[in-house]
Amino acid sequence: MKLLNHTLLYLSTSLVFILSIWAVVFYFSMMEEVYDSIDDGLENYKMLIIKKASRDSVLLTKSRFDESNYAIRPVDRHFALQATEEFKDTSMYMEYEEDYEVMRMLTTYFSTSKAQYYELKIITSMVEGEDLVADLLHALLWLYVSVIASAFIINNWVLRKIWRPFHQLQHELRSFRLGEDKTFNPPQTKVTEFQDMNHTVAELLKANIAVFQQQKQFIENASHELQTPLAIAINKLELLLEQSQGKEGQAQLLANAIQYLERMTRLNKSLLLLSKIENRQFSKEERVDFNERLRRQADDFEELLHYRNIQLGWMEHAKFQGIFNGDLADILISNLLKNAIVHNYHGGRITVTIRKDEFEIANTGRQEALDSEKMFTRFYRSGDQPSSTGLGLAVVKAIAQLYQAEVGYRHTEGLHRLYFRLPYLI
Amino acid sequence: MKLLIIEDEQGLRDNVTQFLQKEQYIVEAAIDFQSAMEKIALYDYDCILLDVGLPDGNGLNLLRSLKSRQKRDNVIIISAKDSLDDKLEGLDLGADDYLTKPFHLAELNARIKAVLRRKALDGGNVVKLNNMELDFNGRALHVDGETVHLNRKEFDILAFFVVNKNRLIYKSALAEHVWGDHMDNADNFDFIYSQIKNLRKKLKDHGANLEIQAIYGVGYKLTV
Repeated sequence: MKLLNHTLLYLSTSLVFILSIWAVVFYFSMMEEVYDSIDDGLENYKMLIIKKASRDSVLLTKSRFDESNYAIRPVDRHFALQATEEFKDTSMYMEYEEDYEVMRMLTTYFSTSKAQYYELKIITSMVEGEDLVADLLHALLWLYVSVIASAFIINNWVLRKIWRPFHQLQHELRSFRLGEDKTFNPPQTKVTEFQDMNHTVAELLKANIAVFQQQKQFIENASHELQTPLAIAINKLELLLEQSQGKEGQAQLLANAIQYLERMTRLNKSLLLLSKIENRQFSKEERVDFNERLRRQADDFEELLHYRNIQLGWMEHAKFQGIFNGDLADILISNLLKNAIVHNYHGGRITVTIRKDEFEIANTGRQEALDSEKMFTRFYRSGDQPSSTGLGLAVVKAIAQLYQAEVGYRHTEGLHRLYFRLPYLI
Repeated sequence: MKLLIIEDEQGLRDNVTQFLQKEQYIVEAAIDFQSAMEKIALYDYDCILLDVGLPDGNGLNLLRSLKSRQKRDNVIIISAKDSLDDKLEGLDLGADDYLTKPFHLAELNARIKAVLRRKALDGGNVVKLNNMELDFNGRALHVDGETVHLNRKEFDILAFFVVNKNRLIYKSALAEHVWGDHMDNADNFDFIYSQIKNLRKKLKDHGANLEIQAIYGVGYKLTV
């Protein structure tokens, strides 16, 4: 959910509560004020009527409300002294509305100079509670809707403006790659929080770049330090091999020793390659045509395929192209092809299937399926290949991870199938 | 032919010197940047083997200074770094070739000979061996003036043998030269044998006066 919608959600739910509480409080305080002023008016009437009645005794005989708003009737003294003045809500038939309407009535008692006791009732029309509540709710609903609507519009406009540096930073970070000679430029902003964030990110990246450089340095050093003694040892054995001409037993021993040193070299190279891939040191990308590269690599394996009498079949359903590092594409393809040849039997077959976003290399081989979990881990060997480094598929996996691609294994129809899929095609 | 090897590792220097002296080259050695600078200032070499990772300076600077002085010496860079960028930079600066450690001595020999062949333009890049002519530009083989059809790999194999004639060639050196790095230890290189068998047959059919000898489990040797 977007930040904008988050704030709106919180705002709209809390506004429901705030506005309801406010409405209740408002209703009661307004009603109190209404009663107060109506009752004051009634009190005033009462004074005027009593004053007028003391001068004009005709008034004392007006026992019905009729056209006016008061009625007087005589009561006995005892009752009058006992009773108290009282305001109450009552209803009365209104000619105009043709309905009973709520009225406010003051019932009070007074005596004339002749010690006569009277009951005086004064009525006045009242605010109708139900109507008021309905009106209030109506108004509240409109208020609520307009507040949310304006909050939405203002938020949309303001937030978009305020968050611009954030989005810029995001954009910068997305295109940033460790190991590329591209400097990180945090966007300019006057907002302190964003300035802080930019600063933190810049610091973090600086530290990361430093670590990356160190690691790169280490890898290069390790490579240099190991390759040189290996080179010297292999070359010395080669010289010795030349001198030992004729003595076949010796030559074989030396050749064997060279073989092991070469295996060590390959291990070293593969490990360095893995680190390089994981450190994203293959940053140069181009449009790679997998069909063409698969064909070319398969050509390189032609003699080996021929020697092992392996049939190579092609099923090209579509062109598979993607933005990829060319070297890595070659390593990926060559490792998978080699895998399919090496773990095959004499007279077996390999089928390469290419679709628009994937290729699959299926080969005959051992009867049983392989462990698809373990086969991509480092130094996993299936047993029949003692001289393999056990890193070929780990390299494939690392390349796939670098490109968020999918690499997997299936064992169907007696074929071991390894597929590589680029789910998003750029 | 006069060669200079600039390499700080004594073991490697000794190996290369020992190997190349057998090819009748005059091999001189420099152990660091400073002594190398002196040597290239004083003398001309037909080919310089340059290790870029010298303790007292970058070998590429040496290459720059060489080129800025309009020297015609050929340079083969030897590096422990298997990085394309370095390779491109080296070649951009005017190096003739780039070799990554570890390498086979036979491979180094082939590279040196290729560089020297290209330098000696008068030969038209053709190597003669008994009744055989190997044309590197046209990638063709002529025996007694008659063209023998070889495929790309067969030509590469024969060329590698010819430049390393009378030497025992270790099988993986041959595989790497012809099929490249990614072949590594595929099937112990037994598949090479069938290639060589075809090549032998073609050479024999055309009466080429040479023999490719197989040394079981080790490699091959071309004897003239």
